[in-house]
Amino acid sequence: MIAEVAGAIVQVLVVGAGAPLLVGALRTLKARLVGRRGPSPWQPYANLRKLLAKEAVVSTTTSWVFRATPYILAATLLVTGLIVPVTTTRPPLAFAGNIILLVYLFMLGTFFLALAGLDAGSAFGGMGASREVAVAALAEPTVIVAVFALALRADTIDLGRIVERFRGEPWLAANPAHLLAFAAFFIVMLAETGRLPVDNPATHLELTMIHEAMVLEYSGRYLALVEWAAAMKLFLFMTLLANLFVPWGLREPTGPVAVLLGLLALAGKLALLTTAVAVLETGVAKLRLFRVPELLAGSFALAFLSLMAVFLVR
Amino acid sequence: MTRLAYGLVALIGIAAAGLGGYGVVGGAGTLRLAWLVPLGGLELTLDPLGGLFLGLIGFAAVPASVYAMGYPDGDGRGRFAYVVFVVSMCLVPVAANAMTFVIAWELMSLASYFLVLHDRESEESIRAAWIYAVMTHVGLACLLAGMLLLGADLGSLRFADWRVSAPALDPTTRNAVFVLLALGFAGKAGVIPLHVWLPLAHPAAPSHVSALMSGVMIKLGIYGLLRVTLDWLGSGPPWWGVALLIAGAVSSVIGVLYAVVEQDLKRLLAFCSIENIGIILLGIGSAALYQVAGLEALALLGLVAALYHTVNHAVFKALLFLGAGAVVHATGTRNMEAMGGLIKRMPWTAACFLVGSSAIAALPPLNGFVSEWLTFLALFQNTRLDAVGQNVVFTLGIASLALTGGLAMVCFVKAFGITFLALPRSDAAAGAHEASPPMRVAMLALAAACVALGLGPTLVVPAFGSVAASLLRTTPPAAGGTWLTLRVSGDFASLSTVAIAVSIAVSLLVPLLALRLVGASRRTRSYETWGCGRIVQTARMEYTATAFANPFKRVFDFFYRPTKRLDIEFHPESRFFVERIEYENPTRSIFDDWLYRPALDLLHSVARAVGALQSGSANQYLAYILAALLLMLVLA
Repeated sequence: MIAEVAGAIVQVLVVGAGAPLLVGALRTLKARLVGRRGPSPWQPYANLRKLLAKEAVVSTTTSWVFRATPYILAATLLVTGLIVPVTTTRPPLAFAGNIILLVYLFMLGTFFLALAGLDAGSAFGGMGASREVAVAALAEPTVIVAVFALALRADTIDLGRIVERFRGEPWLAANPAHLLAFAAFFIVMLAETGRLPVDNPATHLELTMIHEAMVLEYSGRYLALVEWAAAMKLFLFMTLLANLFVPWGLREPTGPVAVLLGLLALAGKLALLTTAVAVLETGVAKLRLFRVPELLAGSFALAFLSLMAVFLVR
Repeated sequence: MTRLAYGLVALIGIAAAGLGGYGVVGGAGTLRLAWLVPLGGLELTLDPLGGLFLGLIGFAAVPASVYAMGYPDGDGRGRFAYVVFVVSMCLVPVAANAMTFVIAWELMSLASYFLVLHDRESEESIRAAWIYAVMTHVGLACLLAGMLLLGADLGSLRFADWRVSAPALDPTTRNAVFVLLALGFAGKAGVIPLHVWLPLAHPAAPSHVSALMSGVMIKLGIYGLLRVTLDWLGSGPPWWGVALLIAGAVSSVIGVLYAVVEQDLKRLLAFCSIENIGIILLGIGSAALYQVAGLEALALLGLVAALYHTVNHAVFKALLFLGAGAVVHATGTRNMEAMGGLIKRMPWTAACFLVGSSAIAALPPLNGFVSEWLTFLALFQNTRLDAVGQNVVFTLGIASLALTGGLAMVCFVKAFGITFLALPRSDAAAGAHEASPPMRVAMLALAAACVALGLGPTLVVPAFGSVAASLLRTTPPAAGGTWLTLRVSGDFASLSTVAIAVSIAVSLLVPLLALRLVGASRRTRSYETWGCGRIVQTARMEYTATAFANPFKRVFDFFYRPTKRLDIEFHPESRFFVERIEYENPTRSIFDDWLYRPALDLLHSVARAVGALQSGSANQYLAYILAALLLMLVLA
């Protein structure tokens, strides 16, 4: 019991405290790639501290939904942090509902964030909310189908057990269908976390933004929570991608050493993945909004092919 | 008098719920009045499946009636039809022979026809009621044909006899009966493409009736489909299950696609019912396929998922329609573009509607999530089937369920966000008032039921498991998991909504405490919304329901086939001043254009051709009689 609670706390700490660093590292890398010095990777922590010290401005148009949303959003992401195998293959809440729960918890956060976007009554919030839910709704089938393709090969839908199975029998992963699922999941990861080429996290032109337009009305501590939650979402999606498709290094929670080794392995995998995302983001331009569904449909087709391959090549 | 009628229905509802519960736990009983009607007499039997649906009708009728009692300035019109409607719905699931069933079924259809015609002044209501009457009677014709075909072949109209001897019938007859009965029931359930009446009829009725029509009446179509597919005819060939799965996949995706772009709040809910019927069909279809393949545990899982979603949808759809009714009464319109800001004027209704919206969008830990989770699990395990064709159909089912989940979330962000949040878009919305106490009580009770059904799957699933087992004639599965965790198919998956709810609650404390610990500023300033320097904020700057759904209109334009119409009237003095702009961007229904329109045209042209025989001349009619007589003599 104590070990489980300790495991849960470690996992929450890793996700909650590590997420801003991941965002910072990504920004630094991107800056270096285009020849700028860029901010330090620790800059997001400074940003959060600055935001926390400021007063919050809340529109008179809004209701309690607007003020409750940052808390709900942060809470759902902390809970998802307990479902994803981050440091061990037996995350504390693995028994609560597996991959489907994970996808629907992300939707819970998006649901409230989109409502908050509408609540202020400005056109920007509504536009951002409309676009964000459109992307989320079209990305969701890919997440489920891609992970399900892995689950079929591992014969369980428990994320941790999928990792264990692939680590134990790597030849299961050695087929093109696995690669298809990886590509599909990579694309939806970019879409769900608002990265290029779907959304530009660095832009300051409201009309082209998705996520940033939706949260435009937030300020002070509310904005800090929303940004923290966005960082956690990026962290969790990248962790999922890293641990599901590259299962090595992650162990059962047999003791602090195993957790530490898992953490080190995760850090290495995330570093590689962050570099890949940074290179990609420097290389591509943002897609026109109505080209995004084509990208998502493409990723869905990849995931679907990967799933079909399981049936046809067994 | 009006209150008396609604009170009576509430009492009937309580009795039906009690009796249904008794049936679910295994109580049985039969009532037979042979003299009352010909062809087998009136016969009622209580069994677990019938008990479940009877209990569901009773359970939904109570809040609907309490709500109706509190609905202000109701003139009491339609109260008699309402009583008949609820009573006849209660009779359908306990009917034990074809005669009783058809009488109850038709009474239910007629009573609901009069309720749809509630507003008999409006063209729209009259048209809705007319289409409803036609569609429901085409369905009835299919049902009658199927039942008589089966009855004639087996020599009995009692369902108990069908159960015994129908599985031995020749495949052609069984297939024919299945097609006829399934078409009849699918029409009542609103399965695409037989759904055209549903988005017209449900919004036209008063809201407490819409709640019952969408919540439980269409579920009786599901009840019939369950009886046909799994009970009366025994287990059928695999294509029955495949057909149900495909119908489910198509209905769920297309239903929610229509719901997303809808501006009429009640019609949005009606389209969403089609989507949920699709999700239920996915469960039933998988159960049918697993049963044929001899995978009893998986068949039970699929059926439990379907039954769970049936009950859940009844609860949250009734809640949403009651909420929509309160909004429609307060604002005098069903058009979402004229709503907004109601969360401040109707806080109770808004909170209940938010619970219903979250539940129907399958957000954890509420009830919609539990049944969609079970449906996913039932679909996921298709790898146990060794037929590639069926696997592919299952995969389509998984993909459509996932897409439906995402689109339902969008749909209810729109329904709640545009209706209740931001600034009111009309004077009526600005002057809206909270619903009366009985209406609030009814909505709160249903919202509580959403939460309870969400948190209690470990109690509910075994109960539904025994109902499903009695229908599939197997033994119910041993309880999986503990009170906290529901285990499905051994180690394959587990679910614990209680753990989710507790973790979310605890996690809510984390940011609250963390902000305290790091000494975050607690100052808040109220100020107007930022708007690029414009002087005042008005409701016209808000995003509209149409704009919110526009990305989907563009992404799925091959399906919606939107048409644009722009009318600009210039000032007579100068072309530089615009007097009026009218912009319309309606979608077109491919079912109307490609299915019903050609079918009606064909019907008209055939009728015209046959009409040539009717000349009106008496001599010609005499000639027909003579010809007919001669023909008969020759043939004899």
